[in-house]
Formats: sequence, structure tokens, C-alpha cells
Amino acid sequence: MSDRSKLLEVSVWRGTGDEGAYETFQVPARDNQTVLDVVSWIQQSADPSLTYRYACRVGMCGSCAMMVNGVPRWTCRTHVKRVLRDGALQVGPLRNLPVIKDLAADMDPFFDKWIRAGGVHRPSRSRNDPIQQVPPDDPGRVEANKGIECINCSVCYAACDTVAGNPDYLGPAALQRAWTLYNDAKVEDRQAVLDSVSGAGGCHNCHSQGSCTRFCPNELDPLSAIAGLKRASARSFFRRGE
Amino acid sequence: MMLKAHRNHPLWLAYMLHRLSGLALALFLPVHFHVLSLALTRPESLDRFLGLADNPGVKLAEFGLVFLLAVHFFGGLRLLALEFLPWSARQKTLAAASIAGAFLISGAFLLQAV
Repeated sequence: MSDRSKLLEVSVWRGTGDEGAYETFQVPARDNQTVLDVVSWIQQSADPSLTYRYACRVGMCGSCAMMVNGVPRWTCRTHVKRVLRDGALQVGPLRNLPVIKDLAADMDPFFDKWIRAGGVHRPSRSRNDPIQQVPPDDPGRVEANKGIECINCSVCYAACDTVAGNPDYLGPAALQRAWTLYNDAKVEDRQAVLDSVSGAGGCHNCHSQGSCTRFCPNELDPLSAIAGLKRASARSFFRRGE
Repeated sequence: MMLKAHRNHPLWLAYMLHRLSGLALALFLPVHFHVLSLALTRPESLDRFLGLADNPGVKLAEFGLVFLLAVHFFGGLRLLALEFLPWSARQKTLAAASIAGAFLISGAFLLQAV
């Protein structure tokens, strides 16, 4: 290995709850190395008490998201070479969420909002009815398809300054989920989905800063999904006002 | 202060420009209305104030004001297009480019005319 002697300066957030500080570790550099590899090396070779979360290591499960040099990322899909600054790296827990310990953020507020935004599927038919046919080129289906690859990693939620400024704001992921349901012909009461995201903390809180779309590792577009909800709720407001 | 890494992209900067120009215009408006009201209450003070308008510094401030208005106006149009036009990003880029092109040509024509 050519890089055997090189070391990375990695500062990692250590602490429980609101308290903590960055601690620096020297980590051997490798030719091919992800940020998750670096964090794992620290936990396995330097300090076994380091707490962090991961599962699949291939960008499918959405559990290893962290702040890397101030930007939310899947650490498993981020090569160190792409983000290294002067041989140094800063790794912290996801922004906008409470910290459990070290790099593990408490995802509860994120999923609670997912449910508050009507994210639970309420079908229009029971198992006794025939399956509803949805043509793949139906405009609603096409719109919903753009958002269904979300794996709930919370990268968009951590990137959003509106979430940071308003703890009640549902956030990009939950709103995008609501947008896919609103466009899903199989959902029983789509107006109810719209109502649950049009009130306080809903889609109209979005300032269109676009950080969600900018940082989504799956290249989804929550910004446009939220814009869709804004259009739909504006239309529904004027229609009801008649 | 350095811009935080997660804010370093064009849409966030456009948001901040829109917010700051809006705040600056909100500060300007009460002063503007006060000066206009002088026409009714104290015309001689208004004349004295308008005398200041020939000052180069005031000209520069007027440029700043028109700049703020333009930034805020086009920022608002941008938001309306972003949120109320269900177009693809490519379509919006093309629309913005054609409007910019139209401004360039008509602006060049205006400069020729004056």
C-alpha cells in the first residue's frame, strides 16, 4: 500500500445529549476508504466506546447518515478522498435531531413527523376487493414515483434550515411522503393527507432554500414535492371558498 | 463569518438575498412615507431634503435602492415560478434563459435609444 504511512486527522463528536466536544483521532489513510470505514476504524482500533449507527454499508438502509465537514451525508457512500480538507475530516451527529451519544442521533422526532404528515398508508379497498389497477403512465403515478425511493435517512431533515428554525416544521422527507400519498390513487382520503400537511408546521412553512434536494443522496427532489403540496393546498383552498 | 457548508449552494444564497433585500426595503419604506408626508405637512423641509438628491452619495444610494427592488422583484418571480409552475428543472432553466436573453436584447436597444 502506497499510503501506508499517511495519517488522517479526524475530529469526531463525543458526548451525550446536549453536552460534548470534538475529539481528534489519527487514522491510517487507505487508497479506498469511506467515512464509515474511518469511523469504524476508530471504534475498532482506537476507542471502543465510540457510538455510531450503521447496517447495510451500501446505501440502502439509511442508518449511517452523519454530518461530514458540516454537510449531511451517507457515510457509507462517501469516499474520504472526496471530502478530505488538508488531510482533515470532521464527523458529527446529524443536525436538527437530539443526540443520544457521540454520532448516534435520536431519530424519533423525524419519524413522529412522518406519521403526523399522514405518512401511514390508509387503503381505499380491503383485501376482499379486487386489486385496483394503476396504469404506470397515469400522471399521478408518475409524480408519486419520483418520491418513493426515499429510505428515511434524514439527510434532508438535517440539511434544512427551516427545520432548525421551527421545531414544529414537518420537514422535507415527511412532506415528500405526503406528496406521494396525495398522488396515489389507492389512498382512501387524499384530501385528509393534504389537510394534515397544510396547517401549522406544514408545507407552507418551507422557504424553498432547496438544501433537501441539494443533499439528497438518492437524488430525489423534496423541494419540488413540497411545491406540489403548496399548489395542491392553494387549489383546494380556493375550491372550498366557492 | 464563513458560510456554513450546508448553505453553500445557489438556492440558499438566492433565499438569503431575497430575505435581506426584503428586510432592507422594509426599513426603507417608513422613511420613504415620512418624506412623502412632508409634502403635506412641511413643504419647505421637503424641498431642502430633495436638494440633497443631487449629492453623488444619494445617487449611489438610489442605485442601491433600485438594485434591492430589482433583486426582490425577480426573487419573488423566481419563487412563484419555482412553487407554482409544475415544470421540470430544464424547462424552468430554458424559460429563465429566454427571459434573460429578452432583457439583454431589449436593454441593449434601450441603451441605443437614450
